[in-house]
Amino acid sequence: MAERSFVKEVKKLRLGAGEVFHGEGILAVTKGLLQSGVAYVGGYQGSPVSHLMDVLADGEKILSELGVHFEANGSEASAAAMLSASISYPLRGAVTWKSTVGTNVASDALANLASAGVMGGTVIIIGEDYGEGASIMQERSHAFAMKSQMWLINPRPNLPKMVDMLEKSFELSEASNTPLFFQMRIRACHLHGQFVAKDNLRPAFTVADALQYPNREDDKIILPPFTFRQEKQKLEQRWPAAIKYIRDNGLNEVFDGPEKDIGILVEGGLYNVVIRALQMLGLADSLGSTQIPIYVMNVTYPLVDEELVAFARNKRAVLMVEEGQPNFTEQALNKIFNDAGLACKISGKDILPAYGEYSGQVTLEGITAFLKKYRPDLARDKTAAVTAPLSDDLNVAIPARPPGLCTGCPERPFFAAMKMLEEDYGEIHISADIGCNSFGTLPPFRIGNTIMGYGLGAASSSAFSSVPGARAIAIMGDGGFWHNGLTSGIASAVYNNSDNVFIIVDNGYTAATGGQYIPSSAKSLKQDERKARIQDAVEGVGVKWVRTMRSYNISDVKALVHEAMTSDYIGPKVIVIEGECMLNRQRREKPLRQKNIKSGKRQIVKRFYVESETCTGDHACVRLSGCPSLTIRPNPDILREDPVAYVDNSCVGCGVCGENVHAAVLCPSFSRAELVYNPTGWDRLKDNLRAAIIGPLQRRADRKRARVSL
Amino acid sequence: MSKPIKRPVTIVISALGGQGGGVLTNWLIALAERCDYFAQSTSIPGVAQRTGATIYYLEMFPKASVENQDNPPVMALMPLPGDVDLVVAAELMEAGRAVQKHYVTPDKTTLIASTHRVFSIAEKMALGDGTGDSDVVTEAARDAAKEFIAFDMEHLAAELGCVISSIMFGAIAGAGILPFPREAFRAAIEAEGKMVEANLTGFDGGYQAAINSHKPQKQKPAEAIIPARPNTPEGEALVRRINALPEAAREYALAGARKLLDYQDMAYASDYLTMLEGFAARDRAPYGISRELARYLALWMAFDDVIRVADIKTRSDRVAKYRAEVGAKDGQIVHMVEFMHPRLEEIIGTLPPGLANLVEKSSFLTWFFGKFTGPRLSDSTKISSFLMLYFLAGLRRFRRRSLRYVQEHRQIGLWLDHIRSMMAENYDLAVEIIRCQRLIKGYGETHARGMASFRSIMAFIDTGEGNVTADKIIRLRTAALADDTGKALEKELLPDQ
Repeated sequence: MAERSFVKEVKKLRLGAGEVFHGEGILAVTKGLLQSGVAYVGGYQGSPVSHLMDVLADGEKILSELGVHFEANGSEASAAAMLSASISYPLRGAVTWKSTVGTNVASDALANLASAGVMGGTVIIIGEDYGEGASIMQERSHAFAMKSQMWLINPRPNLPKMVDMLEKSFELSEASNTPLFFQMRIRACHLHGQFVAKDNLRPAFTVADALQYPNREDDKIILPPFTFRQEKQKLEQRWPAAIKYIRDNGLNEVFDGPEKDIGILVEGGLYNVVIRALQMLGLADSLGSTQIPIYVMNVTYPLVDEELVAFARNKRAVLMVEEGQPNFTEQALNKIFNDAGLACKISGKDILPAYGEYSGQVTLEGITAFLKKYRPDLARDKTAAVTAPLSDDLNVAIPARPPGLCTGCPERPFFAAMKMLEEDYGEIHISADIGCNSFGTLPPFRIGNTIMGYGLGAASSSAFSSVPGARAIAIMGDGGFWHNGLTSGIASAVYNNSDNVFIIVDNGYTAATGGQYIPSSAKSLKQDERKARIQDAVEGVGVKWVRTMRSYNISDVKALVHEAMTSDYIGPKVIVIEGECMLNRQRREKPLRQKNIKSGKRQIVKRFYVESETCTGDHACVRLSGCPSLTIRPNPDILREDPVAYVDNSCVGCGVCGENVHAAVLCPSFSRAELVYNPTGWDRLKDNLRAAIIGPLQRRADRKRARVSL
Repeated sequence: MSKPIKRPVTIVISALGGQGGGVLTNWLIALAERCDYFAQSTSIPGVAQRTGATIYYLEMFPKASVENQDNPPVMALMPLPGDVDLVVAAELMEAGRAVQKHYVTPDKTTLIASTHRVFSIAEKMALGDGTGDSDVVTEAARDAAKEFIAFDMEHLAAELGCVISSIMFGAIAGAGILPFPREAFRAAIEAEGKMVEANLTGFDGGYQAAINSHKPQKQKPAEAIIPARPNTPEGEALVRRINALPEAAREYALAGARKLLDYQDMAYASDYLTMLEGFAARDRAPYGISRELARYLALWMAFDDVIRVADIKTRSDRVAKYRAEVGAKDGQIVHMVEFMHPRLEEIIGTLPPGLANLVEKSSFLTWFFGKFTGPRLSDSTKISSFLMLYFLAGLRRFRRRSLRYVQEHRQIGLWLDHIRSMMAENYDLAVEIIRCQRLIKGYGETHARGMASFRSIMAFIDTGEGNVTADKIIRLRTAALADDTGKALEKELLPDQ
């Protein structure tokens, strides 16, 4: 079960023509897919489009009613390969993933797809994880569109426009036989708004039809001589067809204004922030009427030269608002204007920052600088006063909040064990991976030297695999393992007789993206069988040394890793560390527990407690844990100045605190409270007996203490 | 085009995971739509949505101001500094962060903040006190905002049995800056239909609190001097002696004497005062040495040993506190499973030096006592475990003859000698030597590490000659608390520093 359920929201996918849809961008786009008569959908989860996969999974019933095939693909490469269904059939297909990382993974299949060309409309919805809140390296997807010659749609961020552009994307793809990217930024994915719905369309041609009437076209095969013809086709047929469709249907928009000697060119996704900045300068109103003409590129690739030249003709200067680097569009503009013999100057990254997100502030400053240069009469300084530098004291006082593992996370005890191991060994070279386990590289654990990509943890230790008497450790999650780690990492290690230690952290889900299922997910709420075991898979590719351990047994985990590091066995050693994602586990167990308590069944609820009096404020426990529920509070003793540890109400009683106390010989301040609900007669009898003996002894001690006081 | 430019209402909400920022956003959207406004929201979840703060951004625009409803206003997806009407922060430092990002400006912004703290990992994992300065943030927030409404929402939520998001929603209504009536707020909660009763209670609480506290409540002064209430003639004598100390030292001296009475007995508290008086007599204004020594001598003399731990864990008031904190209901059975890891040196430490020596030399006795060491779980509500702890606590009457006591008091003596010899020639340095006691705390490894750091600093004082200044000692102490590997201290101790 995914972290967020859309079971209620997916009902909105059934809205018919004329009804008003209220909801999030992700859901609106899904509705747009159904309105477009899509025949198959898929993808791989990752922020900010994880919820798109969740919506599709929760909406499976609606999809199957419409005859739409849905697949949770094994990786972005799998998803891209699925799009081959549209090469020779008039099937509309859509997949989604996080970009640029997912696009990197998919790029082999995408290059082949783009070369062959498509018959059915093919749309890849990419969640562009750039700027504030991003969790990946900062790059542009734009380069992929250029290199494979796929179109890049970047719509103005409001729901009606996004849905409309999605529908037109299928048409554009079909008109130009080219697959395309539909780019959505984080904020657009989470945008709450409204639009007027249309009826859903059953696909005109379904995947079943395709199997019934198979169609083979020689020239769609990626082998010479077809590949040379395909390249020619890209430039001579598909490109002009795309330009024609974009122009005929007005996909790009001009918002004209009276100050005609200057203009702003903007990628669709940045339009709203430009309008807001102009409003601040008194040059636009809330409804979008602007004094400075604006050309909005809802299609950022390919560029429509004729439209650009027409917009810039008779202008002294334009400002190109293009986010990320390199500044592909700005560079292209120079060539286009030069060929057309325009005198119009182009500003862009000379005035706006060369890199980083174009926030409201940055855009406002950029437009102000542009106006100062070309129309000082319109420039007003609205920025300096509100962004005066703040005191150093404030900057020191406000702590950063790096991401960390959740309360009760099963990976915490594993990383605690690794940290204790490093205390014994000194530092170890550890290749880390993508997923929740990435957070092990941050304080308090700092376990892991490099992160190379999803599922590539094992492969990234390979340079260190043949050093006699020394071993490196590679960590990956179960998500990364199935994504590609089994082949790129483990099978390769077997073949090369790597002597390293490979640790696979099995929490049962792709937990970091919101708890989606993978082949080794255990039996749980939604899934009724485990489809594959990690241990079987690694043995299947030839690993002889495989061990499994429950993550919460910290001392045992530490001993097992030590065993692997010192074993006489030469060859890859695989350790599977098991512990179910606590978020998912709680979602399953909590309601059950509540039900038991209500129905009168005996139930024990555990949580931890720290004694303030014996806690000395050293926080060694925190340094081995980092659990959000293990926190601090002011010391109740006025003589002691360091805050004491404290377990807050969110504790789920996972047991890590206790294990750490024992494994690292910490203080005796920790205690596990076991609250008994609906006690049996035996429970009560024992309790009464205990009270009868312990009570008087305590009262005696109380009286004794009370005899002298100050 | 010279239409009047009408701004939307702009709102930034900053909430940590689990504080219900999403729920609050949904209520606000429902509220605005119900009141015939265009409303848009979006969010940037913290990295991978784990433990970070999520920033929600909302814009609202009256439909009545739009002639053609098919041409709705263009709403921004992110806040612009200087253009935010309302910032709601569900935690104090997140309020500070909003100020840092310039979302809060004196001409426009009402800032509603909870004053409670959710500590970051860096603050929590420090070896001493690594918490950020709340006063600095509160001050900056007050300076930056047009209006600053702050109260402890977490506390109120716990009191009312509701979630913090409902308190925030109420506070927004109470702040009176959104153009919607109070009843429309309540209707939004009712329409959503989830936990309506609790949410309405929270809403009303937040509403009232916002009205009551248009400025933050003043924090209580650190701790007023608690007037002593001696109930024995010996106690009265002790209090008289405390009152004879320099005024600067009295608060800590009373707390210290109480601590040691609780820890051992009246005689021990009296010994403490005697030692303290020796220094106070030679001290001078502003009596920094007396004050600091009153504090740190008491802490050292109340060193943590097995007896102390057992004593605390068997007390009746501890049970009451424990039950309250874990949320046990009246009469509910609660097992209290203690995690202990006694080591041989701790057990030997409770024996008299002679016997301890014997045990250390005899392999049989070492083996025998070794049986009581190692990790163990004991449910202190069980009779056998309780009696064991009760017995250990009872050993306190022999404590002053234990090996550990002898060892600690030898160290205390050396420390006092250092202070005494430094008092006259370098007052500030003497104060810093006293404060080094802060390093000695905890049990097991923690205690050993702290003690090692302390000794290195004392050794440095003995051999460091001209380098030894109060500043240097402060740097050394800071270094000792910088990491638990001792690397920072080692570096600071290098002669060329």
